[in-house]
Amino acid sequence: MNALTRIAASAALAASLSISAAKATEITFYYPIAVGGPITKIVDGYAEAFNKKNPGITVKPVYTGSYQDSIVKAMTAAKAGNAPDVAVLLSTDMFTLIDNELIEPIDKLANSDADKAWIKSFYPAFMENSQAQGHTWGIPFQRSTIVQYWNKEAFKAAGLDPDKAPKTWDEMVAFGKKLTKKDGSGNVTQWGLEIPSSGFPYWLFQALTTQNGAILANQDGTKVTYNDPKVVEAAQFFADLSVKHDVMPKGIIDWGTTPKDFFEGRTAMMWTTTGNLTNVRKNAKFEFGVAAMPSKARGGSPTGGGNIYIFKNADKAKQAAAIAFARFLTTPELAADWGIATGYVAVRPDAWETEAMKKYAAEFPPAIVARDQLKEAVAELSTHDNQRVTKALNDALQAILTGAKPAKVALDQAQAEANRILAPYQRQN
Amino acid sequence: MTARRKDRLNIHIQGWLLALPAVVLLAAFTYIPAVKTVIDSLFATQVGSRPAPFVGLMQYESLIADPIFWRALHNNLLYALITVPLAIGLSLAMALWVNGRIGGRAGLRLAFFTPTILPMVAAANIWLFFYTQDYGLLNKIGIALGFANVNWLGDPATALPALMAVTIWKEAGFFMIFYLAALQQVPPDLYEAARMENTGRWQVFRRITWPMVMPTTLFVGINALINAFRVVDQVIAMTGGGPDNATTLLLFYIYQVAFSFWDLGYAAALSTVLLTALAAVALAQFFLLDRKIHYR
Repeated sequence: MNALTRIAASAALAASLSISAAKATEITFYYPIAVGGPITKIVDGYAEAFNKKNPGITVKPVYTGSYQDSIVKAMTAAKAGNAPDVAVLLSTDMFTLIDNELIEPIDKLANSDADKAWIKSFYPAFMENSQAQGHTWGIPFQRSTIVQYWNKEAFKAAGLDPDKAPKTWDEMVAFGKKLTKKDGSGNVTQWGLEIPSSGFPYWLFQALTTQNGAILANQDGTKVTYNDPKVVEAAQFFADLSVKHDVMPKGIIDWGTTPKDFFEGRTAMMWTTTGNLTNVRKNAKFEFGVAAMPSKARGGSPTGGGNIYIFKNADKAKQAAAIAFARFLTTPELAADWGIATGYVAVRPDAWETEAMKKYAAEFPPAIVARDQLKEAVAELSTHDNQRVTKALNDALQAILTGAKPAKVALDQAQAEANRILAPYQRQN
Repeated sequence: MTARRKDRLNIHIQGWLLALPAVVLLAAFTYIPAVKTVIDSLFATQVGSRPAPFVGLMQYESLIADPIFWRALHNNLLYALITVPLAIGLSLAMALWVNGRIGGRAGLRLAFFTPTILPMVAAANIWLFFYTQDYGLLNKIGIALGFANVNWLGDPATALPALMAVTIWKEAGFFMIFYLAALQQVPPDLYEAARMENTGRWQVFRRITWPMVMPTTLFVGINALINAFRVVDQVIAMTGGGPDNATTLLLFYIYQVAFSFWDLGYAAALSTVLLTALAAVALAQFFLLDRKIHYR
């Protein structure tokens, strides 16, 4: 080879390189925000770090509002032929996304041995909401469980051990009775307990059904057990907390104001997501404790939160880039960093072995409660036509809690409605 | 072609050209979507890549069998029947008050108008605080006066009236402006004649003021009624349609069916029903009330 051809060859190589650099694969990443804090900054930072590490790929993060806004935007964009390449959406949106043929199974795209190990690296409790029909459709990213928070000073004032949260339903009622205080004219000045019931009461109710030994839906999302006797019993207990035991406010308790009620001393105990941990830590002007859910037949809570989904796309390079980004977001270091910044449960066991996480957990032990509860956690209620099937349960619960219908009647109706909606999906399988 | 006919043609073309921007906008964003909605309501919802099959009136049959639709319709009718007359009465009373010669009139007018300036979501959040159990403003006042604590938004009996109060509060100030303008248009000689006859105040209102502001009442009434069927922001911000659909209004239900359930065919059928109802209301009001109205 003479000098001239060598120069020509290297020039051609340089040209092809510059072309491939100009053609860096660009992928869009939709993400919602559901907790407080400078989340956009953190996520943009992650995308930037990824872009720097992978010069061939450019991730464009797009903040898409609440979970509800995000699924609306992703679905409408997809219908217009402009779907995001990768998105964080509710884990319970899985069946909706499958039924609309919008997402690709992760195991189909990522099937090397390293990929398989990656899919196996998450807490099994989180994977329950990611798998159906023999495939893995979502990768856990921002996940949570329900925990109970209690006001240690109120416990002390009521003559209870301030370091012990109720361990069983009976204890919860007994503690609640001691903690409920009334003034001279019979008005309650401090409630024992608040379990929110506005918006999505099914999620908190699912903690009660889990503890009572019931599972609300099958893994394939085609059947629910709303009128199982154990579920009816749990609903009755939910209503009894205010009607019979008088330890919880009557009617619907607002999800959004429950933490405020807790800060103001209006309630001595509350149930809410671990995602509120940083919020409570910042705003409670008293010593508080965080504990796993109390138990009846067993302990436990549903998981909650969002998964990473990869959207269908004819461009294989984009899908490969999306997988690479998903893998980057769920490395142990990043999962730990994300958990510390937000209060979400770091999604894989080895994230808890990182230095940063060890330090955080030592400083702030309540952070470990949600992780330890994962052993007993179950999948969040999720079915085909999810929001409609869930609404049947939400409506029934609100009717029961406001005394409009007895538990058995309301749940029988909800079951009939759910059966009607799910019938076509049952035939399919 | 004669020059005259050419001129006339020119005028027609000019007229259409002038109307064109408005026609294009209205067609693109109102009429074509409306017609498309009616067509969509005859098809099943598309699932995945399979095209939606034609189902005729099946969406309307399931609508008739849907208890939540009837609940929403019932709630919405109640909403209209209660908020419209109350908002009109209140705005007229406020307008009469601030139209008189009283001290601090400008300040009072501004105060009445303030709720209109607030975005609905901000207003809803303020009222959310009023309605909060235990430490909300309403309950604090109520408890101080010896009433029991009420869970305003958490009780099916009070949740819908609580939302109605927000609408009335917000709309009355806006409608007051129209009444104020109407009151200032009433010829003063009518009042002078009444004064010379020594007519009572009620008679003056009934025989002069009320008939003279009737065109405004019609305008305000139609707007209030249409608004009553367009309520959605405060439902989303304050109750999410709960408890147990007690505050589910039609438009909110359409939103839920379309963007939570993704049942677009059914949502199209619901929208068609709402559109038809609103069109019927507007037409009825124009034709029935027109005869009773005194126009100058």
